Amino acid sequence: MHQPHAEPRRSIYYQYRVFDAWLPSAHPPQPQLPATGELDAPVVITGAGPIGLVAALELARHGVRSVLLESERQVSEGSRAIVFTRRSMEILQQVGVADRISQNGLPWRFGNSIYKGQRVFRMEAPHDADDRFFPMINLQQQYLEEYLVDAVRAQPLIDLRWGNRVTAVTPQAHGVTLTVDTPEGPYSLGTPWLVAADGARSGIRSLLDLKLEGASYEGKFVIADIRIDLPLPTERLAFFDPDWNPGNTVLMHREPHGIWRIDYQLPPGETPEQALAPESLKARIDAQLALIGHGGTPWDMDWCSVYSARALTLPDYVHGRVLFTGDAAHMLPIFGVRGANTGWQDAQGLMWRLAMVRKGLAPARLLDVYSQERVGAAREIIDEAGKSTRFMTPPTRGFRLLRDAVLSLSLSQPFVGPLYHWRTSRPHEYTHSTANATGDDHLLFKAGPGHGAPPQNVHLGPDDFLLDHVDHSFTLLYFAQGHALPAPLLAAVQRWRARGFPLRVVAVGSATPVAGADETLADAQGRVRQRYGVQAGGAAYLLRPDQHVCARWMALDPTRLDAALNTATAQPGDLS
Amino acid sequence: MTQPPLTVPGLEDVYDALATAIDQVGPEKAELFLVKLALLNANALGDPALVRAHVAAAARDL
Repeated sequence: MHQPHAEPRRSIYYQYRVFDAWLPSAHPPQPQLPATGELDAPVVITGAGPIGLVAALELARHGVRSVLLESERQVSEGSRAIVFTRRSMEILQQVGVADRISQNGLPWRFGNSIYKGQRVFRMEAPHDADDRFFPMINLQQQYLEEYLVDAVRAQPLIDLRWGNRVTAVTPQAHGVTLTVDTPEGPYSLGTPWLVAADGARSGIRSLLDLKLEGASYEGKFVIADIRIDLPLPTERLAFFDPDWNPGNTVLMHREPHGIWRIDYQLPPGETPEQALAPESLKARIDAQLALIGHGGTPWDMDWCSVYSARALTLPDYVHGRVLFTGDAAHMLPIFGVRGANTGWQDAQGLMWRLAMVRKGLAPARLLDVYSQERVGAAREIIDEAGKSTRFMTPPTRGFRLLRDAVLSLSLSQPFVGPLYHWRTSRPHEYTHSTANATGDDHLLFKAGPGHGAPPQNVHLGPDDFLLDHVDHSFTLLYFAQGHALPAPLLAAVQRWRARGFPLRVVAVGSATPVAGADETLADAQGRVRQRYGVQAGGAAYLLRPDQHVCARWMALDPTRLDAALNTATAQPGDLS
Repeated sequence: MTQPPLTVPGLEDVYDALATAIDQVGPEKAELFLVKLALLNANALGDPALVRAHVAAAARDL
C-alpha cells in the first residue's frame, strides 16, 4: 500500500498544504481498456510537477479531460527550479498563472562571472520594449506549483489525484492499463493515452525499461537554500576557482522571501552524504559569504540537496500510446536553466497535438512530429550544455589546462570573457520541422519570425501585448487590406472551423473591426507590421496552437491556407 | 594570411623571449603559460583553421 508523507514538509518560509489522498472506494468504477476499440476516457498524466500540471491545463484548454496522478500529497520539496525564462512566462501566461509569478517573483537580466575578486564577464540579456516579460524571473518551485495547482483545481476537466502512485504499466495497441497504488490499496485504470511527466526518475520510463542516450558528467553540485539578508541586486553570480573551493565553481541566485540559492561544486571523490553533513555545509557557506564580503552575516538553512550534471535524452518521446515529456523524456544540466524551461516547451508542443488526435482531427502520426521537434531540441541543448559543462567541470587534464588558461587570461584579456557565459535556455526554432508549410512565401520575408520560430511579442499599448491576443487555437494573423476578410478566405476559415478545428483570425492594421476576423488590432504605429516584416495588406502569418510560426505569406489565398493547415496537422490527404 | 613570415633577426628575438619567459615562470607554470600564449596568438590570428593547422604541425615529431 502506498503511504505518501502525511506531514507537511519542513520549510522556514513556505507553508506546505497536505491534500487528501484520492481513494478509489470513494469514487465510481474507473475506466477499463476494452479488448478492442477506442476507450473514451480521460488522458492520464503521471506527475503533478511543473510539467504535468501545465500539460493538464493545456489539454483542458482544448477541452480534453485528464486524470493527473501524483504520488505525493503536497508540492515539491525545496525550491528546485528557481529561474524561469521569458518564453516560459509566455507559456505560463496561456495557462493563466503568469500574473501571480510576476507579482511574486524577482525579475533579472544580468549575470556576473567573478575570478580572483574581479568581474571578468558580465552577461546582459536583452530586454526588448516589445516584450511583456523579463528575460528571467526567480521564484521557488513550490510557489509555482501552488499557482498551477490552484489553476488545476479550478478546472473541471482535470481530475487531480494526490497520493496515487503508478506501480505497473501495460501498454496495448489502443491504450494503456495502469495499476495505481493508493493509501487504501491499488486500483486499475485504463486510458487511451498516457503522458509521462513524472520527472528525472520517471517510474513510467523505468517500468517500460526505456534507455536514455547521452553522457553523465562527474561533477556533483550541492544546492543549498539559505535565508540571509544580503544587500545585493537580483543578478546571477558565478565564482570560478574561489580560494575555498579551488578549481571549482560556485553560483549564487537571489530568490523571493529573503532566500539565496548557493550552488557549489564538490571536490572529486566526495560523497553526497559527506557534502550534506551540517558542519561541511556550514563551513563552505561561511567561506562563500566571506568571499563576497559578508562573512559572519547570520543565516538559516532551508533546504539542500546534491545534483550531478547529466545530458541524456530518450531517442523517441512517443512509445505507442505512451508519451514522454519534461525530465521524464530527458535530463539536462541545470547550467542555463534548462529543466522546467525545456519541459514546458515539450508540454506546449505535445498537448495541442494530443488534443487533435484525441478528437479525431488529426492522425496519430502528428505526435511523431512532436517527438522529432523536441528530441531535436534536446539534442541541441545537450550539445550546447556539453560545452558549458566542459568549462564548469573540465573532464580531462587538457580541458582543465585550457579552462585555467582562460581564467588567468580573463583578468586582462576581455576577448576570452564570453567563454564564461553558458548558453541559457531559449525557445527552440523548429526550422526544419515537417510541420512547416512548403508552398508559402517564407523566404521572401526580410524580417519577422521564420518557419518554426516562436512568435515575436509586440507592445500594443498600456498592459497590452500581441501575445495577449492568441489562445489555444491556430492563430491566423491577417494583415488587413480592407474592411473585411476576402470572401474566399473567410469561406476557407469557416470550412476548417466547421470540422472542429480551432482556428482564430486576428486582423492587424485597421482602425475599425475587420468583418470576418475574430478580433482586430489597430496597430496604429505599424509596430506589428514592422516586427513581422510585413509591407502590404493581404500578408499573413499562421501560428500553431503552441504559437510557433508554421507558415507566412506575402499575399494569402485560401488554397495555400488549406495546404499549411494540412501540413501542420499531418493530414493524410487534402482535407480542404 | 598575407603577412610576411618572421625575419631571421625577428625569429631569434622570439626564440630568446620564449626561452627566457619559460625559465622565469618555472616548470610548474610553464604549461599554463604556454597555453595562455597560444590563446593570445590564436586570437591575433583570428583564423581557427590556421590555428588547427599549427596545432597539427606542433604535434608532429614530438
